[in-house]
Amino acid sequence: MPRVLRLLRRRLLASIPVLLIVVLGTFLLLNAAGGDAVDAYLSSIGGGSAELAQELRQRYGIEGGAVARFLIYASGLLQADLGWSVALNRPVLTAIAERLPNTLWLMGAATALSFTLGSALGVIAGRRPGGLCDRLLSGVSLALYSVPGFWLGLVLSILFAVRLRWFPVSGVETIASGKEGLARALDIAWHLTLPVTALGVIYLALFLRVMRAGMAEAWRQDWALGARARGLSEWRITLNHVARNALLPVVTMLGYQIAGMVGGSVVIESVFGIPGFGRLAQEAVSARDAPLLMGVILVSALVVIVTNLAVDLLYGVLDPRVEA
Amino acid sequence: MLRRFLQRPEGVAGLVLLAALVLAALAAPLLFPGDPKAITGAPMIPPFSDAAFPLGTDRLGRDLLAGLFHGARTSLLVGGAAALVAITGGMLVGTAAGFAGGLIDEALMRVVDAFQIVPGFLLALAFVSVTGPTLTAVVIAIALAAWTAPARLARAEVLRLRRAEFVAAARTMGEHPWRIAFRDILPLALPPVLALAAVIVANAVLTESALSFLGLGDPNAVTWGGMIAEGRNQIRSAAYLSVIPGLALVTTVISIYLCADALAEAMSGSRR
Repeated sequence: MPRVLRLLRRRLLASIPVLLIVVLGTFLLLNAAGGDAVDAYLSSIGGGSAELAQELRQRYGIEGGAVARFLIYASGLLQADLGWSVALNRPVLTAIAERLPNTLWLMGAATALSFTLGSALGVIAGRRPGGLCDRLLSGVSLALYSVPGFWLGLVLSILFAVRLRWFPVSGVETIASGKEGLARALDIAWHLTLPVTALGVIYLALFLRVMRAGMAEAWRQDWALGARARGLSEWRITLNHVARNALLPVVTMLGYQIAGMVGGSVVIESVFGIPGFGRLAQEAVSARDAPLLMGVILVSALVVIVTNLAVDLLYGVLDPRVEA
Repeated sequence: MLRRFLQRPEGVAGLVLLAALVLAALAAPLLFPGDPKAITGAPMIPPFSDAAFPLGTDRLGRDLLAGLFHGARTSLLVGGAAALVAITGGMLVGTAAGFAGGLIDEALMRVVDAFQIVPGFLLALAFVSVTGPTLTAVVIAIALAAWTAPARLARAEVLRLRRAEFVAAARTMGEHPWRIAFRDILPLALPPVLALAAVIVANAVLTESALSFLGLGDPNAVTWGGMIAEGRNQIRSAAYLSVIPGLALVTTVISIYLCADALAEAMSGSRR
């Protein structure tokens, strides 16, 4: 489909200068910090000579002035080399590739949960604005929208992991369980239930509110009345006509929320001890590992760009009037 | 409009809650003088068991209620200040971009794009890790993550208003373009941006608590996020240490959203 390809090409070209700004901006910010990973490493092993520090800096490519280092870093980026993480003693890209899947699972499941449940409840609430159902759901969604995810995660783990022991307290799968295939998938799902709930609830509330507003708006349109006049069944009008139109703003909102969800996963992963991408950011901060933190920020920016592109394509499918 | 606002029960409830929180924040040094981090009693007194410590004490014997009151100060102060910085900065950039147009607009909006694709919380994390955890650093870090929405909105408003006749009139009278932008147009672009303020304040309060939960808040200030994080160590024996500050946090955010909802309804009602 040439239309889709045109959209893809235009959006990718447009994101290049933005990514350049991100690279330059994070580099400048992180270079303003006093002390680098070598300092942190040396203080963690109890100190070392200036010669040792110099040698380590040379080995990891973090010596010289800011401009020289930026050029080295930027030329590395062009070859998909994000540098070396001193704290984890491996390439930044390897460290990220190890951790990213856990976070993508967490975020994907939280998105699926909040999007489907949120828009389904929104359909119900928007059916009769001001009715009992609507007021109840709107009140609950407002309350849920105000709950910080990390605290909800703690409360859920107090209730369901510590007291009731239904779910594990932390981790992403049973260590050395030797499980394979479906058993392993179920094990991971069992571990991720609480974190996914803690991460997704705030977005569930948000999507519910947006969907409800969209439904209330769509029901007032003339074509909704027209569909009713044509004698279509109530179900058909609700799902095929009204909900389909009300879904568009929810999809837009979905694109906006991805960046926020990456941020939210940092704290959720910390609460539930999930070795993911967000925890990596926190580890990079505590180890003063600038290349690692920069890699995390760049990759998260890429994740946001790619998901926004996917949302745009989805939007085109849902609403054929949108031209590429 | 005020009457419409006060006619809504949820608006009144939000306003009362928020006023109570502000009062608590203001009264904290009077009701609980001295350092809220000082040890004042026996450790681990459960809530509602000792009249001297209505909400109990933590593992070091610090009064939980005093912590809550002083935490309200930090939360509201940081939330309000961060929102103020974000809205002021965002509006200045947005107005400049919309009014200048051309290359300046293009460049400024690419910077806005760049800030929007980087997850705000990661940016805040990186900023605080570079500058060190002080209250000012936390305020700036949160503002860095929040200024893009007001900037976009202000720009859209300015683009709408710059073709208005009073702008043309000001131009023919020889007013300086920047004076037109910031004295004539910006005040008119203010109301829609202020409608965003509540969401920005609520988000700032939540971000502050998440940062201090991860140990990146100001170590000298009492924060609800920090209290939740400390209570985590006794999660099996004394869950109330984490649950109670969280409830305070939820109450704060709910009251802000209730006020915002009622305000939005009142404003749209008065326009009709």
